Order: sequence, then C-alpha cells, then structure tokens
Amino acid sequence: MTRVHDMGGRFGDGPVKPDDADAPTFTTDWHARALAVTLACGALGQWNIDISRHARERLSPRDYTGFSYYEKWISALADLLVERGVLTKADLAGQADDTAHPLASKMLEANAVASALALGGPAERDSKVRANFSIGQAVSCRHPAANHLVNGGHTRLPAYAAGARGYILRLHGSHVLPDSNAHDLGEAPEPLYAVRFAASELWAHPEHADDQVILDLWQCYLVPL
Amino acid sequence: MPHDDPDHPHALLPPDPALRVKALETILTRKGLIDPAALDEIIDTYQNKIGPQNGAQVVARAWHDPEFRAALLQDATAAVTDLGYFGRQGEHMVAVENTPDLHNMVVCTLCSCYPWPLLGIPPAWYKSDAYRARVVREPRKVLAEFGVTLPANTAVRVWDSTAEVRYLVIPMRPEGSEGLDLDALVALVTRDSMIGTGLAQVPK
Repeated sequence: MTRVHDMGGRFGDGPVKPDDADAPTFTTDWHARALAVTLACGALGQWNIDISRHARERLSPRDYTGFSYYEKWISALADLLVERGVLTKADLAGQADDTAHPLASKMLEANAVASALALGGPAERDSKVRANFSIGQAVSCRHPAANHLVNGGHTRLPAYAAGARGYILRLHGSHVLPDSNAHDLGEAPEPLYAVRFAASELWAHPEHADDQVILDLWQCYLVPL
Repeated sequence: MPHDDPDHPHALLPPDPALRVKALETILTRKGLIDPAALDEIIDTYQNKIGPQNGAQVVARAWHDPEFRAALLQDATAAVTDLGYFGRQGEHMVAVENTPDLHNMVVCTLCSCYPWPLLGIPPAWYKSDAYRARVVREPRKVLAEFGVTLPANTAVRVWDSTAEVRYLVIPMRPEGSEGLDLDALVALVTRDSMIGTGLAQVPK
C-alpha cells in the first residue's frame, strides 16, 4: 500500500487545464516565497531530497488532497524542520527566541545562490552492485509497491506498475536508492533502469495498442522473468 | 520509521497559506537560518534567468546541427552542460526524440519532477492531480485537452519521472522550417512541445 501522492492512473480528477503561453512562473508572491524558503532550508544540510519528498508524502491524506501545491511544500517543510530538530513546536507557535542558532553558519547567502543551484545534487554513484539485467530483457515489478526496508516508508515504485511485466530499455548507471536514503539508512546506490511497459500491461482499457509507459526503476524493484 | 503523527507541527502556523509562508520565513530569518536576500536571488533566477527559453535553444540546435543532435541523444547531460545548462533538477538528462511513429510525453506521477535548468519551474497543470493521474492512462485524451490530435499510426510513449533522471522531448521539426536560421528555429519551440503536450509551431 502506498500513499495518497501515488495517483498515476487514478480516475475522477477531471480535465487538465492548460495555461496561457505567457502565464507567470509564480501566480502569487507567496508561491515564489514558498519555493525559495524550501530551497534555502535545504542548504542547511539537515536532510536529502528523498527525506524532503517523503515529508510531503506523509502529509495526511486530508491535507495532501486539500492543500494547493505550494501549501504542501511549506507545510511539509515546517514538519521537517521540527522533525529534524532545526526548529521546535514552540518556535512555530510564535514563541521563538532570537538567540543565534547553531546552524546559522550554514545559512545560504545571496552570493552563494547561483553556485548552489548550479551544483544541484547528482544522484549517480559508484556502486558494488552488479547490473543483473541487460537491455531488452523481460522483467516484472515487485508486488506490492512498497518500501521493503521500512513499513510505510518512501518508495518510487508507483502502485500502477506493481506486478507489471516490462522490458529493460536503458541502464542509467547506479543511483542512490530512495527507499533507503529517505530513512537515514544510507545511499545504497544500485543500478537504475528505464523500463518499458505496454499500456495494455498496465490498464484494462488502453487507448491504443501501441502505447507505452516508461518508468525509471531501481534493480531491487525488479524481478527477472 | 515514518512518523505518522496526526498532529503535524505545520498546524501550529497560521492556516492561510500566504501567512503561513510569511510566518515561517520570519522565524527562520530571526534565527539566522535564511537570508531574505538569498530568497530574492532564488526567485529572480527562476523568474528571469532559467526557463523554457533554455530548452528551446537545445531543441533548435538539435534540428539545425546533426552532430549536436547525435551528441544530445547519446549523452544529453554532457551536451546541454556544454551549452551552459546544468544544475538543480537537471543533474541527469535524457533527450527523447519525437518521430512520425512515436510521440513522447513526460510526467511525474509521484510528485512534480521536471528539468529545471532547461524548462524552469513547472506550470500549474504539470503539477496538477489531473495531469499526474491521467496522462499515463489516457495520454490521447489529455493531448486533446491541449488541442493536439496524433495520427492513428503514431504510438505514445509516456515517461514517468520516478528517479532523478529528467527527460526533454525533442519535438518534430515543423514543415516549412527548412532553411531557417537558429534564432528563427528557437522561436518555434514551445514549452509544451518539450514536455510532449504540444507540437512545435509551424512558421508563419
């Protein structure tokens, strides 16, 4: 069982509403601010991208569904700041003291923004885990779609692909395993593949016999056929 | 272990989202954990410096220069880095090319992964539940909502960005664009054509 964010294939969401070509990047100032605060807090180095994704996914289903996109970001960020010990609940409740914070030396300064954004966070690593699958090989996704290390933990295997049969399309090298990295269990890099699935393998009523879906999947998500 | 505490700390902040952001920014600033000037710099970067104009340069060059196209399809990360496009949310790039037989589209069903250095911050529809939920299951109906109808003999390939690999669609070069220079080609490349929800513009 996965969480509310895992919505690929779901029915009932209605039409997609394209924007105008000249739509602004941020429709309101607080959207921009929410993104910037989130990125700046990431620079404090108290979590990784998998931990931050999992924080958004752990919003209650009611919050996840009811919140707008950047409300999810800012609310999950507040949760994460408390969970990682950066802030306290008293801080959030308006009882913050202004004494120097031990992490203040890590604050992202304006003149370091360009280099921090340019650096990014590459996920490819050297790994001792051998690639077990070759291009074109038939595989199936493990079932159910779930983190096998932590009950209820983060995974990047969507439920719609669990148990589905596909074919290895390409090998991306070895990448950090989110199922481990989201839970402070280490990066555990292993081979990552693009895997091709026929739409008819995933959906009871595919739109077209030749349509396909490609997912990036770690080796431990896959079972040989 | 995941913490499924029903009393999430975020509920201690004001419920109005604009006030919630402001309150958190104020707390963090007073503690010396964030610099408001750095926030301005981040916003300026994604509002004014990084956006789909970057990806359009890549696509136009791929149309214009066969050697660049080959390098892009071989190792997109290296090819776009050479043009100066790299960084956060574009660390591992793959370019996928549309042909008369195959139309590529990109989504992130689990969150909102998107190639920031080439396309900027994703539009609201890309992050919407409707797009995330539906495009993997009914890409042709979603395309119709963007005003795009594909020939019946064109297969659709939807890339679900489930890892840190980011995909850029190279749309088909439009008819009537033969002989155009690089700048004229750039103007034909729309953001949506690089996500796969649109086609490149036909020259007027």
